[in-house]
Amino acid sequence: MVVHSFYVINRSGGLIFSYEHSIPKIELEKTFSYPLDFVFKRTQKGAVVEFGQRDGIKVGHTILSINGTQVRGNYIDFSAPSSINNDDDQQISTSTSHDVIEYLSDSTNYPVTIKFGRPRLNGNEKLILASIFHSMYAIACQLSPELNSTGIRELETDQFKLNCFQSITGIKFLALTDIRQGNVDALLKRSYELYSDYALKNPFYSIDQPIWCPLFQETVKQAIDSLEKTGSPYT
Amino acid sequence: MVVYNLYIFHRNGQCLFYREWLRRKQTKMTQEEEFKLMNGFIYSVKSFVQRLSPTDLKDGFLSFKTNCYKLNYYETPTGLKFILNTDNNVSNIRDILHQLYSTIFVNYIVKNPRCSALDIINNDQEIFIEKLDEFISNLSIFSQTNKT
Repeated sequence: MVVHSFYVINRSGGLIFSYEHSIPKIELEKTFSYPLDFVFKRTQKGAVVEFGQRDGIKVGHTILSINGTQVRGNYIDFSAPSSINNDDDQQISTSTSHDVIEYLSDSTNYPVTIKFGRPRLNGNEKLILASIFHSMYAIACQLSPELNSTGIRELETDQFKLNCFQSITGIKFLALTDIRQGNVDALLKRSYELYSDYALKNPFYSIDQPIWCPLFQETVKQAIDSLEKTGSPYT
Repeated sequence: MVVYNLYIFHRNGQCLFYREWLRRKQTKMTQEEEFKLMNGFIYSVKSFVQRLSPTDLKDGFLSFKTNCYKLNYYETPTGLKFILNTDNNVSNIRDILHQLYSTIFVNYIVKNPRCSALDIINNDQEIFIEKLDEFISNLSIFSQTNKT
């Protein structure tokens, strides 16, 4: 039973607090010979596997590194580490930046070791997802077949569960947990308490702005830890 | 326990079928607008879930709950979307939705030569509607409150 992450969304759909508690790191490294079985797609975040799942490498995974060299977006630059390790290479060093997909389609570069991984959310994406959730919450109550419905309280998938608690003042507290994690509502109510104690009573905090209060983060972490260990967010 | 309504969407986003058994609140928009909103909503829920998930998903989005209803979602590999709204006490009904697809939809729509899979299912598909009503009202989750 795990709590993956915790978010606070303000009244206008802005993400004001995010905390990652335990996000599993999904990374796999393997050596391949030519030709590759994967079909790649160029995206903003780099080359993504579009077809050809095998050996635990799933559709949606990105290429993190090739032969131990980090990939930056869709490009890989082999010159940087080799010039440090090997002085002889420095003279030959020209522009060695390659397009990842082109590099992998060249049979002379094989065998090659590729590290794949599930892309992690960056700060910007979290902001986008928070505002998407804000509107999803509103639409869920518009499309209700029953009177007086609130928005989404609990969203379930086969891998995780998202619980949302909206305070009367319109602040949303979200927790992303394992499907078997119980008592998440108590955690969210507890975090509302912590929010009123540690974020709102902070004289340097202005309302609806991101929370940079270390005490809030610390106490939220404690509540999550205690929920995972004892099943109750109160210590 | 209550079954509210059912939406069936084609993978191009068109609403193929809509049926309600009990609905206490109507939306302020026309039905066509409501279908578009529902389809767009489900689309964004799906992509939201896909991006937020900490691990790789298999079935993806299954359901969500509000304080008074639960939206159950089932998508076939061909892209047909089944959305069944029930009340909150219903547990996982994925197998029921799959059964609805495989026994009712496949048998009375797909196997019907007069009905193309792209067409909106209208009222002259009496046998489909009849079988669907029978299927839903035989469910354990469909209770007396629904029938009155």
